[in-house]
Amino acid sequence: MAIKKFVVGCFDDEEVLFPAVKKVRTAGYKIHDIYTPFAVHGLDHAMGLRETSLHTAGFIYGITGTTTALSCISWIFTKDWPLNIGGKPHFALPAWIPITFELTVLFAAVGMVLTFCYLCQLAPFVKKHHFHARATDDLFVMVIECTDNTNTDDLQSFLTNAGAVETDLQVAEADWWVGSYDKDELPFENKKVLAA
Amino acid sequence: MASIKEKFEIPGNLKTWSYALIGVGLLALILGFVQKGLSKDEHEQAIFIGTVMYNTIFWTLVCNASMFFICVTTLAMGGWQHVFRRVPEAISTLVPIFGSITLFVLLFVVFTGKHEIYHWLDTKAVDADPILKGKSGFLSVKFFTIWSILAIGLWSFLGYRIRLLSNEADQGKFDHLTGAQFIYRSAVRAAMFLGWFGLTVGSTVPWLWMMSITPHWYSTMYSWYTFASSFVSGVSLMALWVIYLKNKGYLEYTTQEHLHDIGKFMFAFSIFWTYLWFSQYMLIWYANIPEETVYFKSRVQGAYKGIFFFNLIINFLCPLLILMKRAAKRNYTLVTFMAVLILFGHWIDFYQMVMGSISKDEVTLGWLDFGILSLFVGLMILFVARALASKPLVPKYHPFLKEGIIHHT
Repeated sequence: MAIKKFVVGCFDDEEVLFPAVKKVRTAGYKIHDIYTPFAVHGLDHAMGLRETSLHTAGFIYGITGTTTALSCISWIFTKDWPLNIGGKPHFALPAWIPITFELTVLFAAVGMVLTFCYLCQLAPFVKKHHFHARATDDLFVMVIECTDNTNTDDLQSFLTNAGAVETDLQVAEADWWVGSYDKDELPFENKKVLAA
Repeated sequence: MASIKEKFEIPGNLKTWSYALIGVGLLALILGFVQKGLSKDEHEQAIFIGTVMYNTIFWTLVCNASMFFICVTTLAMGGWQHVFRRVPEAISTLVPIFGSITLFVLLFVVFTGKHEIYHWLDTKAVDADPILKGKSGFLSVKFFTIWSILAIGLWSFLGYRIRLLSNEADQGKFDHLTGAQFIYRSAVRAAMFLGWFGLTVGSTVPWLWMMSITPHWYSTMYSWYTFASSFVSGVSLMALWVIYLKNKGYLEYTTQEHLHDIGKFMFAFSIFWTYLWFSQYMLIWYANIPEETVYFKSRVQGAYKGIFFFNLIINFLCPLLILMKRAAKRNYTLVTFMAVLILFGHWIDFYQMVMGSISKDEVTLGWLDFGILSLFVGLMILFVARALASKPLVPKYHPFLKEGIIHHT
């Protein structure tokens, strides 16, 4: 829980957005995030985001699945409850490969989905602040995090010069919080209803 | 259009290398012919012919796989492959050349009745054997000959038509209508090649050429398995040539992004190959029926055990673990290394597929195999370099070229 001050700049074209991102970064402002209506290729590079480690996590989940399956099946079929199946050896590795494969996929898939949701701060009964409702429609919304020393008026005019069609100052919760959509209690003082 | 190096000039040392490899190969071929081919012992003869046979089949199918690559990406309306499509095109010009060698070897085996290789050529044995008698419509000299000639002839012809059409993209700008017609005609020709490819490499040809060495045994997976093997090697060969040309300063439009996608093909089809390897093996292992396990007897429990499992390590575990990371697929050195490893691994795979049936009790891998391999590698380098030099390296006016240049993975 951290309530912060943000300056929000809205762009209506990705051709304008890219140079603006570059300008904002060279000016030394810290970009909190950029919300776009669709996935924009190369924006992550322009923002200087590091490569996601989601695939490393996926590999680890997969390996966990493999080990779980192999150790579990081999313990059951050789130690706990050895069965004679068609005269095959108790340690019948080829027969276990399909199940091992399935568990690898299952662990990797479920683990990665949950990790992805955690990284994106998505979960049931959890809310996040929306900086601009049109970010899901046709606006590219760049959110810049302010410090105590940031001159917000300067920053807003800077964004307008960089091509923003709309700028805005918001005090908002940066992270997720537990809440529900019908009983909306925003954990910050400046409650601001945005025109869609 | 910015100035790019359009014409490939064959460097002198590439020619020297290819001639040296061909020289070594010819020497090995002659030595092998004198020592084994002329031997009174039919088994020794079969080892010599079998060694030539699996090499020529392997290289024919690998070169044909690059035409398959062009056709598949064309039909999928891909744009990214056009920046380097002249490389697989150049490789596919080898299909008629290696195809003729294959045809010569196969027809020699069939017409001289080398039943040490194809047991079904022995008419007396077939008459006494109800199983072989039942297959005699498929495994007969007549069908074998006609089908092999048709297969190689049509691969060459349909591939030639695709290369011919591709030349049009060098000649001048398309307008909207002629561009659309060009794409449509490319798709039709690609579809024709793929249809025939499915009927041959995808089903009958590996059954005829290689599975029939053990005529009692059958596996419907076999052709897919062979196809996967040859396709992943074909993509690796393409990667090697692309990287070689990049190193020499050609193919300016081909970037890491394209290499990444080629790497994905190598990675994915290595796993596809393993999937087929396992599907074929596991069902037979599970059912444990003697007429099915006969193929694996010499491979899993016999002399070929080492090669059989070594094969699985270099064709599955190495690509899986090494090519898995994104950074690895974008690294020119690693992709080169993996491409060589995959080509070698699948060459070994073809080796055990053929020689594991011809010489069941003894692994014959030795100077002859590597000598003949060097003959084919030398021929491949020589002819691919010539084909590359004969055409512009980039189809300048291809309607999808821009899509290929700005490709982003």
